[in-house]
Amino acid sequence: MLMHTLSVDTARPAPGAPCEAALPVLLANQVEKTYPNGTQALQRLKLSIERGEFVSLLGPSGCGKSTLLKMFAGLESPSAGHVRWWGKGSLDTDQPGQRMAMVFQEATLMPWARVADNARLPLDLAGVPKAEGNARVQAALELVGLGKFGGVYPRELSGGMQMRASIARALAVQPNLLLMDEPFGALDEFTRNRLDSDLRDLWRSRDLTVVFVTHSIYEAVFLSSRVVVMGARPGRVLADVAIEGPEVRDEAFRTSAPFIEQCARLSALLAEANADSAH
Amino acid sequence: MENSARPLLADPRFQRIAAPLFVGLVLLALWQLLCVTLKVPTYLVPTPLDIGRTLVADGPMLFAALLVTLKITFLSFALAVLLGVIAAFLFVQSRVIEASLFPYAILLQVTPVVAVAPLIIIWVSNTTLALTICATLVAIFPIISNTVLGLRSVNPGLLNLFRLNRASRWQTLLRLRIPSALPYFFGGLRIASGLALIGAVVAEFVAGTGGTGAGLAYQILQAGFQLNIPRLFAALFLIALTGVLLFSLMAALARVSLGHWHESEQG
Repeated sequence: MLMHTLSVDTARPAPGAPCEAALPVLLANQVEKTYPNGTQALQRLKLSIERGEFVSLLGPSGCGKSTLLKMFAGLESPSAGHVRWWGKGSLDTDQPGQRMAMVFQEATLMPWARVADNARLPLDLAGVPKAEGNARVQAALELVGLGKFGGVYPRELSGGMQMRASIARALAVQPNLLLMDEPFGALDEFTRNRLDSDLRDLWRSRDLTVVFVTHSIYEAVFLSSRVVVMGARPGRVLADVAIEGPEVRDEAFRTSAPFIEQCARLSALLAEANADSAH
Repeated sequence: MENSARPLLADPRFQRIAAPLFVGLVLLALWQLLCVTLKVPTYLVPTPLDIGRTLVADGPMLFAALLVTLKITFLSFALAVLLGVIAAFLFVQSRVIEASLFPYAILLQVTPVVAVAPLIIIWVSNTTLALTICATLVAIFPIISNTVLGLRSVNPGLLNLFRLNRASRWQTLLRLRIPSALPYFFGGLRIASGLALIGAVVAEFVAGTGGTGAGLAYQILQAGFQLNIPRLFAALFLIALTGVLLFSLMAALARVSLGHWHESEQG
């Protein structure tokens, strides 16, 4: 089930085109996170994400990648340092062009609500009129290939389809920044690969910046324009690697030499990091 | 195959009703047989047929008594649901409120109603009200504890989603906490409906009120004094039947409300 490429009014700026706002979409400046029990989840972390990038945060468990994503979502605040969204200290969701949505590790759908009602939740909470909300939800559901499933309950869907519904809920917000926390980690490899390609198509077709947390090297290389390799204890950035690859990536890319080379490089970086933190 | 030859017997819905009925009939037949063969006197153990005859003969009187007991049961059940839900909402507002009030809710639960009933009956002159209060005291605890548990058992991921979308406290309550609490609440209803009936009967026993407003418990007391054992059994049968029907009613209510999504109502 391929996602239909939408003709969108807000196309991504061509590479090199002058941006009206040179400010990064996301900026983490000297961010630290220390939990009350003394665990240091993040140490003096600096990261800037530009408009239109697809950035993966890659690292072993405990490297603070999920913590960093939660900070980007405004669900956690740093113990020191600060996060900036479009240059501002707080997230203003009503500002057009600065909308944010998040997809969690699990589909986190409300079991008592139909798929369409689930996808409409953020719009309902924001007070979007019902008719407009329904149209946006239907468009989002069709985008993820669930156009005919709006009326069913989540339990009637497979794991992959539930995840699609969860993505539709995020897309209905028409986000400019999409945060994804290991969204496909619980799915089988086949389903995961398919969702990865659909996500990549979706990102290319619109003005969307994606921050994607994963511990799969292959997924990170396939999806990203940039991979941030993180290490654990304390969580920090080890390397910031630009990914070379064609704009349109398909199954052939997964077996190409550049893909395999870049995976090997990231794998070496991660092994090094693990060796460092082992003692 | 047996399944295709006897589709009605294979139907789980039919089985759920027919199987216990069949067991009941077998037990009644055994009872009847034992009473007749062992020549047990009626004033000790009446046969099921004796009880049936009494049920018909004393029908109007017993039925009037049943209505009185039912009235107390439903009044106290409604009151327990109303007050229990209000208390639960109060408790989840803050940990301090819960910490300071919950021990008293437990106190309510562990104090035997027979011990408090005389006091309440002295303090409240209206018998119906006094009995209702007693039965409410018995029935309210499962509503409070289950609803509190339900309101707190919210999927943390969904809670994050609501926070992320800047849901107000009110929106979170209405769209997340209440639907999440419903399965627990219905569990509480099931227990409380039975307890309301027990509370009503126990309170009637303690009050011992006779006359036109007498409930089934009074009929049992009277029948006991008069050694009218078949009538005692008939009254007992009506109480048990009422309890089963109440339980089924609550189960049906839960099925209607949760059937489309909750695991407990699947299959």
